[in-house]
Amino acid sequence: MMNPLIPLLVAIPLAGSFLTMILGRFIPGIPRYMALATLLLIAFISFWLLVPGGTASSVYTLGGWEPVSGVPIGLYLIHDGFSALVLCIISVIGLLSVTYSVSYMARYTNENYFYSLFCLMIAGMNGVVLSGDIFNIFVFLEISAISSYALVAFGVEKNELEATLKYQVLGAVASFMVLFAIGFIYWSAKTLNIADIRTAFSEGSQGSHYILIQILILTGFGLKAAIIPFHAWLPDAHSSAPSPISAMLSGVLIKAVGIYVIIRLFFNMFEITEGMATAITTLGALSMVVGTFLAFGQWDIKRLLAYSSISQMGYVVMSVGIGMLVMARGLRSDVAALAITGGIFHMINHAAFKGLLFLNAGAIEYSAGTRDLREMGGLAKNMPVTSATSLAASLSISGIPPFNGFFSKLIIIIAAVMGHFYLLAALAAVVSIITLAYFMKFQRYAFYNVEPGKIKKEIREVPVPMLLSMITLAVVCLLLSLLALPGIRESVLSPATEILMDQLKYSSQITGM
Amino acid sequence: MTVYWLCFILFLTGLYGVITRRNLIKIAISLSVMEFSCFLFLALIGYKEGGVAPIVDMADPIKPYVDPLPQAMVLTAIVIGLATTAMLMAVIIRIYRKYGTFDIREIKNLRG
Repeated sequence: MMNPLIPLLVAIPLAGSFLTMILGRFIPGIPRYMALATLLLIAFISFWLLVPGGTASSVYTLGGWEPVSGVPIGLYLIHDGFSALVLCIISVIGLLSVTYSVSYMARYTNENYFYSLFCLMIAGMNGVVLSGDIFNIFVFLEISAISSYALVAFGVEKNELEATLKYQVLGAVASFMVLFAIGFIYWSAKTLNIADIRTAFSEGSQGSHYILIQILILTGFGLKAAIIPFHAWLPDAHSSAPSPISAMLSGVLIKAVGIYVIIRLFFNMFEITEGMATAITTLGALSMVVGTFLAFGQWDIKRLLAYSSISQMGYVVMSVGIGMLVMARGLRSDVAALAITGGIFHMINHAAFKGLLFLNAGAIEYSAGTRDLREMGGLAKNMPVTSATSLAASLSISGIPPFNGFFSKLIIIIAAVMGHFYLLAALAAVVSIITLAYFMKFQRYAFYNVEPGKIKKEIREVPVPMLLSMITLAVVCLLLSLLALPGIRESVLSPATEILMDQLKYSSQITGM
Repeated sequence: MTVYWLCFILFLTGLYGVITRRNLIKIAISLSVMEFSCFLFLALIGYKEGGVAPIVDMADPIKPYVDPLPQAMVLTAIVIGLATTAMLMAVIIRIYRKYGTFDIREIKNLRG
């Protein structure tokens, strides 16, 4: 069952990146259209693969090296229920960010470098999500990381350079930890294929450094995902980057190369142990609570949004951690499934509303020329569309009923209560209220709160491509709440949960046994 | 076993350098030390006492071969490491032009 579309998801953006770079030198004005075409193709393919996906996942072996007596020897690209969802997030947010960039990036020079790096980042993320091989995950992780370092520094002013320096140093430390862990894994399992490592570990060749491997992996990818003790780079990097890139970093990158890999490896590669499950749940709860308090005191819009990302990612990690804990204790598997579904659902929702909020922040910066909340006010009259879409996103992120954020938070809280984690459920509810408070602060200071005589007439609404992306994302925020409906949930979210919870399914699709 | 411990100590030395040094160039060098300790570790995993290069000679196929896969991994990782280091150095040079210093204590625009 080789699906020839799967490798195209990595090949198209990679080719798009280099072609943009070369053709952009000779034909001015073409890079934006090439990037748009690339992202459109990717979006089309990833949705095409999602629809018939269902429970059947497909595997592509690069070079056609079939497994020899159940031992995989080639490189594998695996497209299953979970990676399908993440691929869709990447392509949708990517497409809308490129559309937004068409107007936004006009102020910057070297347009072809921007679009080229953008496509390279997409290629790296798609590679991480599809790869079934732990060393390839590292390679694609570095591809996306290096291009994101360059994109954060795109403005090359003092702040951008400082932010990218922090990001690079911490990112490099994370990469080396991952590489070190890969060394240990290869040492004890003698293979690099995730499914095969799983088989080797479950047959008892874990070795005394099993815990060390898990801690190195959790620290390495935790640094990439900015879970709370490892978060120092995130607010600087995400607030200094150009706004479409902030939307990509916060909306997609920390999920695709951080949370996704943590979830994938801890469910499908390691045996779930109660100790690690507790550690992951604790880190998630800590991120959720501390992130929200750090966000509360911010006056810079993009820093506020960046800290809020840490807090919302805490929800995802905590919810998945609850699922792991319930599974490790061998209790009710329906509660575990609910918790994991809640986590994945919140991850998808967060991509939509945080992407939208960063695009709104970019629109405000574009028109009003400031990011400080204290210097704004009364923008609702001048920028009606930005105001309306950001209100939708704010309500979404704080969990107000018709929007998607409500349903995912509800699922998480219900799962926590059903698993008897009453403290975590209470914390999740309280953090949600604080989130509402600081987003109301954002709304009030930016769009309302008019002091008489301070209304600036010259501020106007942003150009059409930027409006188009913002309106689309606001609609997506509303539509995603449909995923909570019983019929749709089974066909979209459940395959992802099943592939994570079924211990044998992931490895059997590769070894064919 | 000693070599593995030495390798781990080299990794920790690099980490210590990243945390304590204040000169940006020295931080970059410490990162390189960490990186190369990883490479060394990978190469050590594939090494076998008295092993030969894994090129199968049909006349005498059974020999103690070293594991070629970690070597391929190290080669890939070195290329990636080159890109990371080049990127970091480019940023450090830019920072020197903007701030006029390599001292990390002077570079503190972003707070809070």
